[in-house]
Amino acid sequence: MTEEHPDEARRDLLSRITHANEQAGATEPEVPRDYARTSELAPGSDEVVDLLEARLVDYRARVSRCYDAGVADAIATALTAAGARRIVVPEGLPHDWVQALEQGDFEKVVVDDGTLSAERLDELDAVVTGAAVAAAVTGTVVLDGSPDQGRRAISLVPDVHVCVLHADQIVGSVPEMLAALEPTRPTTFISGPSATSDIELERVEGVHGPRTLHVVLVIEPDDAA
Amino acid sequence: MTTFLGMPPPTAPRGVGQLRGTVPFPHAARVAVEDAQLRRNLAHATTSIRAKRAAVVAEVPDWEQLRRAGAAIKAAAMARLDEHLTALEAAVTARGGTVHWARDAHEANRIVTRLVQATGERDVVKVKSMATQEIGLNEALAEAGISAHETDLAELIVQLAGDRPSHILVPAIHRNRAEVRDLFRRRMPGVDPRLSDDPAALAAAARSYLRERFLSTRVAICGANFAVAETGTCLVVESEGNGRMCLTLPDTLVCVLGIEKVLPRWSDLEVMLQLLPRSSTGERMNPYTSAWTGVTPGDGPQAFHLVLLDNGRTAALADPVGRDALHCIKCSACLNVCPVYARTGGHAYGSVYPGPIGAVLSPLLTGVEDNASLPFASTLCGACYDVCPVLIDIPSILVDLRRRHVDETATTVPSAERVALATAAWAMRDAGRWRRAGRLGRIGRLLARGHGRIRTLPPPLSAWTASRDLPAPPTETFRDYWERSGRHD
Repeated sequence: MTEEHPDEARRDLLSRITHANEQAGATEPEVPRDYARTSELAPGSDEVVDLLEARLVDYRARVSRCYDAGVADAIATALTAAGARRIVVPEGLPHDWVQALEQGDFEKVVVDDGTLSAERLDELDAVVTGAAVAAAVTGTVVLDGSPDQGRRAISLVPDVHVCVLHADQIVGSVPEMLAALEPTRPTTFISGPSATSDIELERVEGVHGPRTLHVVLVIEPDDAA
Repeated sequence: MTTFLGMPPPTAPRGVGQLRGTVPFPHAARVAVEDAQLRRNLAHATTSIRAKRAAVVAEVPDWEQLRRAGAAIKAAAMARLDEHLTALEAAVTARGGTVHWARDAHEANRIVTRLVQATGERDVVKVKSMATQEIGLNEALAEAGISAHETDLAELIVQLAGDRPSHILVPAIHRNRAEVRDLFRRRMPGVDPRLSDDPAALAAAARSYLRERFLSTRVAICGANFAVAETGTCLVVESEGNGRMCLTLPDTLVCVLGIEKVLPRWSDLEVMLQLLPRSSTGERMNPYTSAWTGVTPGDGPQAFHLVLLDNGRTAALADPVGRDALHCIKCSACLNVCPVYARTGGHAYGSVYPGPIGAVLSPLLTGVEDNASLPFASTLCGACYDVCPVLIDIPSILVDLRRRHVDETATTVPSAERVALATAAWAMRDAGRWRRAGRLGRIGRLLARGHGRIRTLPPPLSAWTASRDLPAPPTETFRDYWERSGRHD
């Protein structure tokens, strides 16, 4: 194998760019930002929650709603409906939710300490996580590896993902969603369950990621009135 | 191998990767259009995706503003590409990643091969990546005894069939569901022999086939749709979750990134993540997008290598007209609306980049003479420009590349076309000459033999009539008619 000269390659490539831009007479244009950067829908509003639900359902995600006091029940109902018996949760998931799961009718509830191998995760049916933010217009829920969401592997390998989202985490638009994120965290944007359009460009749900995505929307009692 | 001042940057080298076809487009296209099954599959797929795209684009009231912003973001990124790449390098390095610079396909293949060899592994999983197909990475790894396993469903179909990709987004668009079922039954180890041709059943078969591979493979190779210079963040936009598997489960991740993929700011994604999914799969948002920055302790691969690839991109950048082709975000909307692509499919283009964008990008990367037929593989109808999410004026670039081809092939023996155009120019310069030339055209009526159209012209003009008829010239020129009817003054 030829010996590489990394510094020479870097220097060459950068000087090619400089010369190419000079040769083409490149100038840096101003970027027009006259597109909508905020949504007409207020974060956490009834309208934004309704839109998110409609968009999630459109891409075959399951959605249920509950009040703050009913989250643990809503999680258990979602897991049971998906036929999940062995559950993994991130270390930072609220303690009372985990306790309720442990007391519930499940075979196993594993709290991830970061040491579970992919093979072990594959033996589990479902994962329960929180979320960082969601964008209603596209039906997108975002995980950023915070303690209530855990490392990426646990929300990927099990076949069922139950994701708990509070109304005040829901924004209307894509720009608002991105502005709410810390870019350097490991981030996963999820819009419906795993899907493919690879055969005749027809969308089919269920390939490598979780085939069931269930979003539990936690709303304020006033919202439901 | 230093670039000297004033020397144009080199194009992508020959003999490696997949940027050049073995036969010119017209010959390859003739074979493709005779394949009735291929034409049915393409017509079905391109028609359905066009309707889906149009519907979700119509939902966005500020679509045109987003397109203009997208075009400007890419132009701004290219204008200071050197600065953005060094910023990207600094940010990735600060977060525990390693950055490599590859001037061409050979260098990139050597770097990646060496990185995989250093892990001691013989198998790697791959997320679909145009850049690695362009440089022929799988073939280079195979030479070093390393097996690269494609994990994208369409790439898996292509790999199992020993086939070549024919679409940027849906590499197996030329296969219908029955063909995929037959292929899986023949080539996929352990598959249910009664597997149906329902796309959901086919996707499930791929899921179980690849699961073990994902759980056990320690090295992954990916590309990226975007890389943010200010933060060092790379993004993979996908649907199936094979990307997430490759980006999350292995110990080592190697990302091959074309240098044109860099975006200056994180906030630029607010435009791109709206434009790309709606333009490509016709969805409001694709199922999964992963973003990562260097290495995150305790989460995902603990070794990350980013390979920055030129391979002719700086040659394209030096072209004042063609450089806009580098703004492409590989959505493939232009393929789906192109009347030529929809009939020939992607293989006829010879390059991994097919369709209208491929017809400009491939010759820009290789030099026009290595893909001389591609700028002519278009009717210049402009449908590609209408759908392009970053407003690349593909027809104008095609015309400019045709001009370059004509300039570069100018020889001492003039072609029939040149003689004809030079004669026309001479005739048009003088009113009397032009009048007489018009009358001379009436001779053409003899060739029409009373059919009202000319089916065959004598050589060398027969090249023109080989694929089209000409209307017979009228009995009287317009000028003569105008004067005879006394309409002037």
